[in-house]
Amino acid sequence: MSLDELYRQVILDHYRNPRRSGRLAEPDAHADGNNPLCGDDISIDLALREGRVLDVAVSGRGCSISQASASMMADRIVGETLEEVAELTHRVKRLLDIEEGDAGLDPDRPGAALGDLESLAGVRRFPVRVKCADLAWTTLEQALSVHHAKNG
Amino acid sequence: MTDLSHLRADFPILAREVNGKPLVYLDSAATTQKPVQVLDALDDYYRMHNANVHRGAHTLAAEATEMYEDARRKVAAFVNAASPQEIVFTRGTTSGINAIAYGWGLYHLRPGDRIALTTMEHHANVVPWQLITRHTGAELVYLPLTDDYLVDVSRIDETIDDRVKVVAFSGMSNVLGTIGPLTEAVAAAKTVGAITVIDAAQLVPHTPTDVQAIGADFLVFSAHKMLGPTGIGALWGRRERLEEMEPAEGGGEMIRDVQLHTSTWADVPHKFEAGTPPIAQAVGFGAAVDYLTAVGMPRIREHEKELTRYALDRLSEIPDLKMYGPKDTSLRGGAVSFTLADIHPHDLATILDQHGVAVRAGHHCAKPLMRILDVPATARASFYLYNVVEEIDTLVVGLHDARRLFGVA
Repeated sequence: MSLDELYRQVILDHYRNPRRSGRLAEPDAHADGNNPLCGDDISIDLALREGRVLDVAVSGRGCSISQASASMMADRIVGETLEEVAELTHRVKRLLDIEEGDAGLDPDRPGAALGDLESLAGVRRFPVRVKCADLAWTTLEQALSVHHAKNG
Repeated sequence: MTDLSHLRADFPILAREVNGKPLVYLDSAATTQKPVQVLDALDDYYRMHNANVHRGAHTLAAEATEMYEDARRKVAAFVNAASPQEIVFTRGTTSGINAIAYGWGLYHLRPGDRIALTTMEHHANVVPWQLITRHTGAELVYLPLTDDYLVDVSRIDETIDDRVKVVAFSGMSNVLGTIGPLTEAVAAAKTVGAITVIDAAQLVPHTPTDVQAIGADFLVFSAHKMLGPTGIGALWGRRERLEEMEPAEGGGEMIRDVQLHTSTWADVPHKFEAGTPPIAQAVGFGAAVDYLTAVGMPRIREHEKELTRYALDRLSEIPDLKMYGPKDTSLRGGAVSFTLADIHPHDLATILDQHGVAVRAGHHCAKPLMRILDVPATARASFYLYNVVEEIDTLVVGLHDARRLFGVA
């Protein structure tokens, strides 16, 4: 049943034990996001050094999909360059069917090489919930674009 | 148990499947499904009688006007208004409350005056009054709830003092099901000379309502929550209140005379119905009222009390499920809000949807109440005349599946 695919163990684990949960004292970049449809809230703080993500903290509340997606994102992006983060964001959005194009996606296993994030593939069959999974990523993009605008 | 299951055949949508399962529609507090009698009335109006109302000399215009005004008579009779002229057609409950806030509140409230609400109000009965406080300098005060999810009537005397000019409250909460303090609040308002406004969006569809017996000044409701179309509702106002109320909207249809710098208004209720009204919707509203009257509102109320009793009993058997609302079905309607363990209500709604069960999840346009309940959201099952106990059994099966999926021990 597709519900079992949506609520995979890894999703529930991230929902119940969110990684890098909290706030940073002096973030270099920050954004708040919310999904008015569901009432999901998220805040992302980023510490950046020389074009890399040094640290990240996520806070907020919402459904299992939005919170698990945020936790998996936080877990994944520390140590990555901003280019890698942008590429990852596009891959996740393609996985969620938000962005067009299959470049880099295995048709049989679109989430391959995405690690825990592959578990978000189950959301594709629940169009109403795609926004929940996407919230963290769109908020991350916002934080980085605000930072980019400020710092060039 | 009151058996109304034969009525289900009148509602075509109830025969469809959702996600491969028979639809179990438990979201009537959001909007209700429509019987063929209402669909046919809309269809017949558009096919055979469509014209603009109140200003045509031709036959179709006369027929449309007669059908529109006939709907007003039916709605008036349904809530026992003293006259059809006391029924103003609006776009719905929200626009009705705004019409009162902007048509009465704006002209009668002064700095230092108070508007008393309860903490279980829908945003539709909070935000218009917040806007009016900005214009008038009046302030809001709130009647709190008891631990049993009832409006705390013991606090009425201290809250509704002579600074209070408007007492506006829900006749039945869309979240808790709680029936508002109709008798107590109306009596207290009369004592201090305040007007009373009842948000009856959930009350009128589900209980026999007699506006003269309640004795309030205004009572508003929506057609789509009582088997009728969207886009229309009714504002009942006591005649003298409607006379002293100003129109919140100006335009065609609502005037007696227009000159370059000034105008005079048409008589009540037409002075509140600017522009071409929702004519087909009014006709459908009338057909909905006919349907409910034929079934009988006391019977509908009894049926929903039984469904609610059954739901409260069945849901209370589910471990880790918490319900928000009174336990006594004589004090409440059939909107049953709940949370289950640490499963977010939106996840519950997704899981139930896969079982064909439509429930609402979210803040239900009652964010102040969500904060008081200390939850970001709840799931809500709500019932109407076409629901049967077997559907509540399906809901329970879905909730057990949610427990399994989330590994709730």
